[in-house]
Amino acid sequence: MPSMNDVKTSTRELSSANVPPTQARLWRTLEELVDSPSFREQIEREFPAGVGELRDGVSRREFLRFMGASLALAGLTGCGSPPAEKRLPYVEQPEMMVPGKPLRFATAMPHNGYGIGLLAESHEGRPTKIEGNPDHPASRGATNAFAQASVLDLYDPDRSGMVMHRGNGSEWGRFIEAANGQLADIRRSRGAGLCILSEAITSPSLLDLQRQIREQMPEASWYCYAPINHDNEHEGTRIAFGEALHPVYDLAQAARIVSLDGDFLHSDPGSVRYARDFAAARRVRKPGDAMSRLYVAEPTPTVTGSMADHRLPARARDIEALARGLARRLGVNVGGADVRDARQRRWLEAVANDLKANRGASLVIAGRSQPPAVHALACALNHALGGIGKTVSYTEPLEGGPLNHERSLRELVERLEAGDARMLVMIGGNPVYTAPADLNFGQRLLNWALPKDAQETKRLAVHLSTHYDETSLLSHWHVPRQHYLESWGDVRAYDGTVAIVQPLIAPLFGGKSDHEMLALLTGNVDTTPHALLRDYWRRRAGAAGFDAKWDRWLEKGVVPDTTAKLREPAAQNVAEQLAADAPAEADGDGLELVFQPDPTIWDGCFANNGWQQELPKPMTHLTWDNAALMGVQRARKLGLGHGDIVKLQYAGRTVEAPVLLMPGQHDEVVTVTLGYGRWQVGEVGEGAGFNAYALRTAGAPWFGGGLRVSPTGGKRKLANVDMHHVIVGGEIKKELQPEVVVVAEQAHAEADDENRRLVRTAPLPVFNANPRFAKEVDEESANPPLNSMFPQYAYKDYKWGMTIDLTSCNGCMACVVGCQAENNSPVVGKEQVLAGREMHWLRVDKYFKGDAADPEIFHQPVPCMQCENAPCELVCPVGATVHDHEGINNMVYNRCVGTRYCSNNCPYKVRRFNFLKYSDDTHATIALQKNPNVTVRSRGVMEKCTYCIQRISAARIEAEKEDRRIRDGELQTACQQACPTGAIVFGDLNDPKSHVHELKQSPLEYGMLTELTTVPRTTYLARVTNPNPALDEGHA
Amino acid sequence: MAQVFGRVWNTVSRLCIAAVVIGIGVVAWGAFEIQRGPWVTREGMARPQPVPFSHEHHVGGLGLDCRYCHTGVETSSFAGLPPTHTCMTCHSKMWSDADTLAPVRNSWKTGERIEWTKVYTLPDYVFFNHSIHVNKGIGCSTCHGQVDEMPLMWSVVNLKMEWCLNCHRAPEKYIRPKDEVFNLHWSPPDDQEKLGRQLVKEYNIPVERLSDCYTCHR
Repeated sequence: MPSMNDVKTSTRELSSANVPPTQARLWRTLEELVDSPSFREQIEREFPAGVGELRDGVSRREFLRFMGASLALAGLTGCGSPPAEKRLPYVEQPEMMVPGKPLRFATAMPHNGYGIGLLAESHEGRPTKIEGNPDHPASRGATNAFAQASVLDLYDPDRSGMVMHRGNGSEWGRFIEAANGQLADIRRSRGAGLCILSEAITSPSLLDLQRQIREQMPEASWYCYAPINHDNEHEGTRIAFGEALHPVYDLAQAARIVSLDGDFLHSDPGSVRYARDFAAARRVRKPGDAMSRLYVAEPTPTVTGSMADHRLPARARDIEALARGLARRLGVNVGGADVRDARQRRWLEAVANDLKANRGASLVIAGRSQPPAVHALACALNHALGGIGKTVSYTEPLEGGPLNHERSLRELVERLEAGDARMLVMIGGNPVYTAPADLNFGQRLLNWALPKDAQETKRLAVHLSTHYDETSLLSHWHVPRQHYLESWGDVRAYDGTVAIVQPLIAPLFGGKSDHEMLALLTGNVDTTPHALLRDYWRRRAGAAGFDAKWDRWLEKGVVPDTTAKLREPAAQNVAEQLAADAPAEADGDGLELVFQPDPTIWDGCFANNGWQQELPKPMTHLTWDNAALMGVQRARKLGLGHGDIVKLQYAGRTVEAPVLLMPGQHDEVVTVTLGYGRWQVGEVGEGAGFNAYALRTAGAPWFGGGLRVSPTGGKRKLANVDMHHVIVGGEIKKELQPEVVVVAEQAHAEADDENRRLVRTAPLPVFNANPRFAKEVDEESANPPLNSMFPQYAYKDYKWGMTIDLTSCNGCMACVVGCQAENNSPVVGKEQVLAGREMHWLRVDKYFKGDAADPEIFHQPVPCMQCENAPCELVCPVGATVHDHEGINNMVYNRCVGTRYCSNNCPYKVRRFNFLKYSDDTHATIALQKNPNVTVRSRGVMEKCTYCIQRISAARIEAEKEDRRIRDGELQTACQQACPTGAIVFGDLNDPKSHVHELKQSPLEYGMLTELTTVPRTTYLARVTNPNPALDEGHA
Repeated sequence: MAQVFGRVWNTVSRLCIAAVVIGIGVVAWGAFEIQRGPWVTREGMARPQPVPFSHEHHVGGLGLDCRYCHTGVETSSFAGLPPTHTCMTCHSKMWSDADTLAPVRNSWKTGERIEWTKVYTLPDYVFFNHSIHVNKGIGCSTCHGQVDEMPLMWSVVNLKMEWCLNCHRAPEKYIRPKDEVFNLHWSPPDDQEKLGRQLVKEYNIPVERLSDCYTCHR
């Protein structure tokens, strides 16, 4: 019996097939592109083969035999009354608390040092859901997947709950004793021997503590290290402007954007805001609307690259040459020869001309992984194009302490080596795991920490961390750290705006905050983080009226007038400085290895977060693993396919990694993501992926040449979900057509009626000439939707509907986690994902168009369509899925008997079945996260997107109490609220003034598979792209 | 050889078959009735509580309003149980030595919560909201009965879905004017159905939608 793994293409299959030139075709996976037998088999099945089987070694027949007996007995347990439930009222009910009504508090999440403002929902004291704070500039009401998933980290049962001393449980009091013993000596020598290592810090109050420590102990040293840092940005601005600065982009003002290997829509501190502004600048509603244009040059497809109008696959080390080429064409005369590649030249010419034509509205963005020279060139280009002050502004650096993390860590390692450090305090971070391999941080920490002989002075390594992790393991003391939802603090956003981090719950695991740890170093043991924070802000804002101000800050979640000071940078002569060290044309020393932060696990800090592990990564749709991403041609040359394990030899180190074929990947680049392969992590992250840090070197942290790849013959099952829930409507023809037709200029004639036309897209000129291009597909179809003999049901009251704008959606996956958090969707684990049993109600389909080496990429979120003529309802034998009077397809769990007919009959593949009992009720803390307004489903029950019926219900009750209708915008679904780009709009179609009603009238609006006469309530707005006519690369 | 089974056995066997059929029916009917009866639903059976709090005394005798203790009933899904503080507003002065109130005083002293036993228990997949019922003219006594005559609390209804639907399908039979909601002795007038229809209209109650599954299950 073929299993899911067999269905995944083998190399042979792919390499033996010719990849046909595909112009007007979209495909989801390489298997589909080559139309492999495994793909056909996959789509002909409702679920992958064997999905209904038990997978624990007991056969179905055996199972039934046992079940027969237990069922007979189980029937009896239905008799008798349910056990008496207990109710425990408060002793003293907190102010404003009404049991049953959630409260929302403004707070902020520090991520990689920078903050995003949030509103956290609290049910009787349990934070359950994170939303964006509309008043916070980095959020504007939206969030990213990290913020959505962070609430699960709070309840992670693997979090450390105990102060540890040399691997044994200890207490905070004893730690203070030990630390003070060591500190007494250190203070006498004005801090000599005290080393503090932190991650990037933007918190003003922590930086104030840093200042106090420096004042008290001028000899103490402060180091900063985060594996994903802004070193290159700071060094680059230093070259360009003579001082390290921090760029803040204004995507709303940018008509032309060039990204040089920069994933600014997904992994920048300002990404949520950038994604919003970027989407707004590309939103065309009627012919003639302005639309920005994005050029991206990058080695491996990213979220940003997938939104590009022109994406140029390039090796990471060639980006500098491209930047120089662009600079030269725009009048910044830097040295070095021009790029040799003809396509790259053509690309540069077109981009340069386009930028020139849009002076003052152009923006060049350099990615964090590019060397300082590229950042300096970006600064020079922005200067030359008159963008400074308009599309980009430069502010003082927001981080305190050493700005060059790599140099800082190197210095720390030297200190450890020299042996004169007496106490090392690590505030968060996990350097033993994340430090570049050549620094050998773990070994050196161990060598330093273990005294050679009795004469040696006593040393103390302290690690403050949420988990007892790799670094804790090698430290004398480990102190549990508070989660941001448990601690007081403050943090600055990408533009410098300060938000107060407000706790919603007392520390669940008894952690300590960064403030407490630093205060301890200043000798201030008896204070609280709250008092420290207020003291600092009282000093800064003045005592007059401070309490009122403080309350307002907490309520708003933003401290006013704290945006970073803008600098008017004096442009240095970049050309002169960079002329000297123009890189030689990058040589052909084999493959290039590129390191990237993982799109869901980041640097490893989310490794024990089940939501993030199971979240399909935006570009690969891989879950639970990282992989060595490789271009299709290269893999074919090496005879490799999905899951084949290869040896990656790089800079004298070797790591084994499974291969994943990535369309759009530059052929000479292998990309690995950081954060996996941890060895001291927790139940969830255990055994996931391989450790890419083991190949990373301090000299070249982001990319480097000379990689050697050799097959090992081994195989690893990779759980990527892009072959799950494939939509194919109607009967399956012998000659299977991919289900999408792209409406290009003359593509109408070619539109095949068997095609399902799921994703519709056209370039801006086509839209301007014919705004109804997406609708015409249906109108001209030989197979139009049928009209019913019966009159359609009239929805007199509310009529809920949704539109999803494919021009805006960048596939970031925030909606998927938002949905999971809101709707108590379980995590199923890698084995179950491999079996096709993932439980996300909302998936984001990804389509490629064109050549596998350089395809266009499309994202399409697919929730339940809430069909008015729902096929699922007709086949349910027990009436467990029925329509309501507002047009929502109700799924009634308590009626469902698990026949799965409904899912079988759903053309959109949006139903999910609980094959096993996936909800985790074994860990008490996990249960605290659950949304009390949504049923926690058990085994044998079908489920699906409900349009967040609990939110509709709550809003309706409030409205009815006030005898009014629900106002437009009052009610948002979880996916809509999470979405950074505003792609998802939900509302009442019967309200002629509602936003969704307006969008449904758009000429771009179309429904998926409407020829099946399902009348979906969820419809799409066709994607409009804005290609440069001068760069006709065959992209329609 | 003579017949083992005489003619009479024809009748016996028929009777046996009938008995089996009827027997199964009787057992099924019995089980059904038991499921709906007080043995399972605890309808009409007083629940023991850690403190023998008497609604009869506090509501009927002293005349406390429902909302004095159940503060969330107009705003929240959950009517709310009074915190110990509420008890102690009076009982720090009155009956401050009574043995029966020891758990209350203990809770106040130690900060430990009092464990009350729930009387009206719905399955976890049913989402009930007090506030919308109270705000739309469904009185307390419609579901909770003559609370002011109950020394200990019991449920006056069986809380079967059928019982919920009786009202959700025909609220005009049970609805009352909003200002009578907290009146425990309100009784439907003779022309209840007429008045009810008028109130349903006046209060904008979307009757048709009340029996949608998602109204209560989600």
